[in-house]
Amino acid sequence: MSKHTIIWLIILSIWLSGCGGNTGESTNGLPADSVVNIENKGSDTIVNLALAWAESYQSIHPEVRISVTGGGSGTGIAALINGTVDIANASRQIKDEENQSAIANGYDPIEYVIARDAIAVIINPENPVNQLTLQQISDIYSGSINNWSEVGGEDRPIVRLSRETNSGTHVYFLETVLRLGDSENDTLFSTNTLLLPSSEGIISEVRDNPNAIGYDGLGYVTSDVKVIGVARNASSPYILPSAASVNAGEYPIARDLYMYTTGEPSGALKAYLEWILSPEAQTIVMELGFVPVSSE
Amino acid sequence: MKINLNWSEFLITRLIKVSGYSAIIFVGLIFVFLVMEGFPALLEVPLGKLIGTRWYPIEEHFGILPLVGGSLIVTIGAAMFAIPIGIGTALFISEVSPRWARDILKPLVEMLGGLPSVVLGFLGILILAPFLRRFLDLPTGLTALAGSILLGGISIPTIVSVAEDALDAVPRSYRDAAIALGATRWQTIWRVTLPAARSGVLTAIMLGIGRAIGETMTVMMVTGNAPVLPIGLNALFQPVRTMTATIAAEMGEVANGSTHYHVLFFIGVVLFMISLVINVTASAVVFRIKNRSERILS
Repeated sequence: MSKHTIIWLIILSIWLSGCGGNTGESTNGLPADSVVNIENKGSDTIVNLALAWAESYQSIHPEVRISVTGGGSGTGIAALINGTVDIANASRQIKDEENQSAIANGYDPIEYVIARDAIAVIINPENPVNQLTLQQISDIYSGSINNWSEVGGEDRPIVRLSRETNSGTHVYFLETVLRLGDSENDTLFSTNTLLLPSSEGIISEVRDNPNAIGYDGLGYVTSDVKVIGVARNASSPYILPSAASVNAGEYPIARDLYMYTTGEPSGALKAYLEWILSPEAQTIVMELGFVPVSSE
Repeated sequence: MKINLNWSEFLITRLIKVSGYSAIIFVGLIFVFLVMEGFPALLEVPLGKLIGTRWYPIEEHFGILPLVGGSLIVTIGAAMFAIPIGIGTALFISEVSPRWARDILKPLVEMLGGLPSVVLGFLGILILAPFLRRFLDLPTGLTALAGSILLGGISIPTIVSVAEDALDAVPRSYRDAAIALGATRWQTIWRVTLPAARSGVLTAIMLGIGRAIGETMTVMMVTGNAPVLPIGLNALFQPVRTMTATIAAEMGEVANGSTHYHVLFFIGVVLFMISLVINVTASAVVFRIKNRSERILS
């Protein structure tokens, strides 16, 4: 008899707790169909930032669900062109032909600068080199400087590390550093540049190998590698990347980060993008090692 | 009743036939698809550029020689590790170790084959590459050698498993006869058992190499992916970029239908051809050996 009571009590309590869950949701006042989904995809540089934004925005606005995926700037923009995402993240500006194919598909990309990013040039802490000019970094990566002693270091071979060619960071580094921002210049990466598929791969090789030089977004650089100062040319000062030096425009390898929407956003999407540019969201930018856009 | 039975018989034989042919059909369809997507590369890129030595697709440099060379050198390196160790392990398990040890060892080795290649890649980046750099005093440990060692490790379970089955299938009487003639244990293994099982052992090696050349994740993580044309023995100690890693790293980002896309499929065709040649050679050799042994026996 008492056995039965216990079983019934258990069943009852399960049923009640189930009820509790249900009522809990309905106090939020959310019938399932009023939930707005925002698909956000693109640059691996931005993915952590986009995730942090999505998390804190969802805690304020539970009626919005934001799903964030990486894959690279090109992937995000390709998805935008195919109309499968609401927001594409890109660490480079949309190319003309991409813009045209989006318009041809009936989507007119709108651009937002959502944060700034500086690319830090990193070496192993054992390496005594502290600073390089853009020209020196370009010569290192194009293969004309092959030993650290040529730039004031020890007699060691230089091992060049880079992201894969499909990374926005790679293209940006090629244009700004290797080619020194000159569109006529067609310098290429030396063929023995190691192309690593992830930021972590670069950081772990630089941490371990005193011959290595690498580059990565300031947000991904950990404290166990050495960031070096970069000068625009031999006569200008060597600047270490930081929020202040990037926003002041002093650090030479810095860029804007973008989000693209298909057409003028409205409703929840518009509110989200406005929130991203608010001071509250921009503090998250700072926490992740990126540089906030100064709101005027 | 009789009609019913005939019907079900008919149906079952047809079903079995279809599933038998489906393997051939699928391979055929995959090949047709690869060629359809890869063939335009030959029209879009001049052949001279396609067999060039510079791979930098975002600037229209589509030379695939460094990639083919990279795959070959990593695979040859892997074979150099995997064949002696794999055959040795198979011989030990089948011929030397007692029965109870075999029952433990073989499942253990096969379990090794189930290790996800990403895990091996991580071990490679964190342990093997730094070790190789210090031990051999190389500029970097992310080299073809690191890839070869890990790929060797991946193909060893395949080689051991298949080769051991082949050795085990050699009739007991062969060994007994050898020992009765006064051969030592080593002479029996080396001169009698291994040659008798050679077609199976050869299949094991080919399967192992096939496993190595198609492996992607591990090589992408540890070989450094630098598209250097590997020339000479020295190349084993330099970074390389394999065909599989190139396809995996670049396919996700490439615009559908672009030249780069077609070239990646063309690389797929080349890879397919290489596997095909390996397999056909293997079966041809196995076939020849069989014919010869049948002649001798008859």
